[in-house]
Amino acid sequence: MSSRDKILAAVKASQPQLTELPKVTIPQSAEGLAERFTTVATAIGSKVYEISDLEEIKAIVSAQFNSSSRIISSLPEMQDIAETDIAQFDPHSLENVGLAILKAEIGIAENAAAWVPESNAMQRVLPFITQHLALVISKSSLVPTMHQAYEVIGDRDYGYAAFIAGPSKTADIEQSLVLGAHGPRSMTVFLLK
Amino acid sequence: MKETLQDHAALSDIFNQDEPRVNWHDETLWFVRTKRDRAVNTIPEWELLRETASQIKHNVLSNLSSYLEQFEANAIANGVQVHWAADAKEHNEIVHSILKKHAVNRMVKSKSMLTEECHLNDYLAENGIEVVDTDLGERIVQLADEPPSHIVLPCIHKKKEEIGDLFHIHLGTAAGEADPQVLTEAARQDLRSAFLTRRAALTGVNFAVAETGEIVVCTNEGNADMGVHLADVHIASMGIEKLIPERKHLGFFLRLLTRSATGQPITTYSSHFKKPRPGQEMHIVLVDNGRSRQLGREDFRNSLKCIRCGACMNTCPVYRRSGGHSYQYAISGPIGSILAPNLDMKKHADLPFASTLCGSCSNVCPVKIDIHDQLYKWRQVLVKEGHVSPVKAAGMRGMAWMFSFPAFFNIAGKSGRWFMKYFPFMVNNKLNPWYKEREMPAPPKESFREWYAKREKNKK
Ligand code: SF4
Repeated sequence: MSSRDKILAAVKASQPQLTELPKVTIPQSAEGLAERFTTVATAIGSKVYEISDLEEIKAIVSAQFNSSSRIISSLPEMQDIAETDIAQFDPHSLENVGLAILKAEIGIAENAAAWVPESNAMQRVLPFITQHLALVISKSSLVPTMHQAYEVIGDRDYGYAAFIAGPSKTADIEQSLVLGAHGPRSMTVFLLK
Repeated sequence: MKETLQDHAALSDIFNQDEPRVNWHDETLWFVRTKRDRAVNTIPEWELLRETASQIKHNVLSNLSSYLEQFEANAIANGVQVHWAADAKEHNEIVHSILKKHAVNRMVKSKSMLTEECHLNDYLAENGIEVVDTDLGERIVQLADEPPSHIVLPCIHKKKEEIGDLFHIHLGTAAGEADPQVLTEAARQDLRSAFLTRRAALTGVNFAVAETGEIVVCTNEGNADMGVHLADVHIASMGIEKLIPERKHLGFFLRLLTRSATGQPITTYSSHFKKPRPGQEMHIVLVDNGRSRQLGREDFRNSLKCIRCGACMNTCPVYRRSGGHSYQYAISGPIGSILAPNLDMKKHADLPFASTLCGSCSNVCPVKIDIHDQLYKWRQVLVKEGHVSPVKAAGMRGMAWMFSFPAFFNIAGKSGRWFMKYFPFMVNNKLNPWYKEREMPAPPKESFREWYAKREKNKK
């Protein structure tokens, strides 16, 4: 008997009588989503800018980031400040990226997490290997909690996707918070009207 | 990990020799517990979330064989290779064979308590394969040649000066440098070169979704993703109990996990791995290693609901003052004390006694595991099976007998207080295994029952 069949048989013999899955709806308020998102995002170390036009990003980027750093973006509008086609690159060649500007599909008010599926990440490693990350989230795609986020995601197909909340961080040394563990040292969110 | 023949109490004695350090350890973990409380208090529906997550996990345990088959079929359809390991040995051999196939002798690994349970690093080292742990805390204990002392905070027992010394030796930081910012930056640089050069990455799994065949891995550092997305081969090791039925159930568990663990609203990264990257190979190893046996133990099967948040450890007065290493098992603290005897009753017979049964663990557990009840039940089993010293067993029989008569307990409480006040040496003697190194607290003037009765009377 293979280990697979052995394990399945042992589990089947040991599992208790079938119980039902719970059916619950968690009531949520959709009030003040942008404010709630911004408060939590700031608390976890992100910077939030409200913008009404993608063009505004360029001015903020040139004021906040080193002009000589390599910038990559999934937004065609960023073409004059960023590389926008990296699909064919070996992921290791992204080692020297300074800033990635990507579009997130959903923003969650309760924890400031943003949903970035593979198609928006351009390359899976990009949101992690870049020194700094900026995500563009439309205000209309903000939801109150994780439950609504998964409702929106539904049964969408993807190879890889991630919720990203803030810059990479660690508190492993005596519980002192340090931003920039292995991934981005900073996270900027552009909330687009 | 070095095998010792000392039990939890003896190892706690050693840990307790440095009193300021024990106090520091205690306070650090309590600080994490208070962060959890603050986060939880902002969620009015917290109890509903806990109850729902608990029920989902009950459903998983009651239908686990079907969910496993469903998960396997979906993962295979996603292009993932699925392996089954009956025990730790088989798991290690599977991982080794995958690495051998790709002629890989250096691998990066993100946090996985399962690989600690299986002693994978030692096994691979014996076979000439070098593993670099990439979670900062795990890297630190790896450099110190120690196992993690906590499932979420692996080096919580270490002072920054000690970490500075380790980094001075291994990473070339300045002697005496102990600033967490500087040390983290040094590790970042060092591990970045590991990520860029290793062709295989192993990760743990927080949740596996039967409905879609995807796995979810949660980190704050981004180390799991850095490893996997730069590697040709991704191996994900998971216990069979990590399954959840549907994608939407992730909403409940992700809301509970990190708030319970560290008080953050969510980890920085919750990564959903469904299909390998084009050109990449992805493997999932499903591990039993005693889990199906625990599932068959009616009194203890609920321990398989655990989502490894660590909240029960942070709140446990015994864990906080004895340190994770005194448990001598990959998973320490209250939940480890339920899981370990399932694997080896004789070796871990001391662990269910490393508890005051205060119940704080059960109160904070996000999936409502009856942790302290199970610890109490393990004690009965271990005594019956003859794994407990006569002194402990005698004390326990007295306790079990007393607890079986609530009315008597009431009187015993009163007389106990009187006793402690006038004959403390009788309570604090060697026959009471809990006294050692502990001053009994000053007895309260009135018990909770008396206070409550009075209060109720005064209300009327
Ligand atoms: S038993 Fe509960 S509190 Fe303890 S680690 Fe597991 S889920 Fe968390």
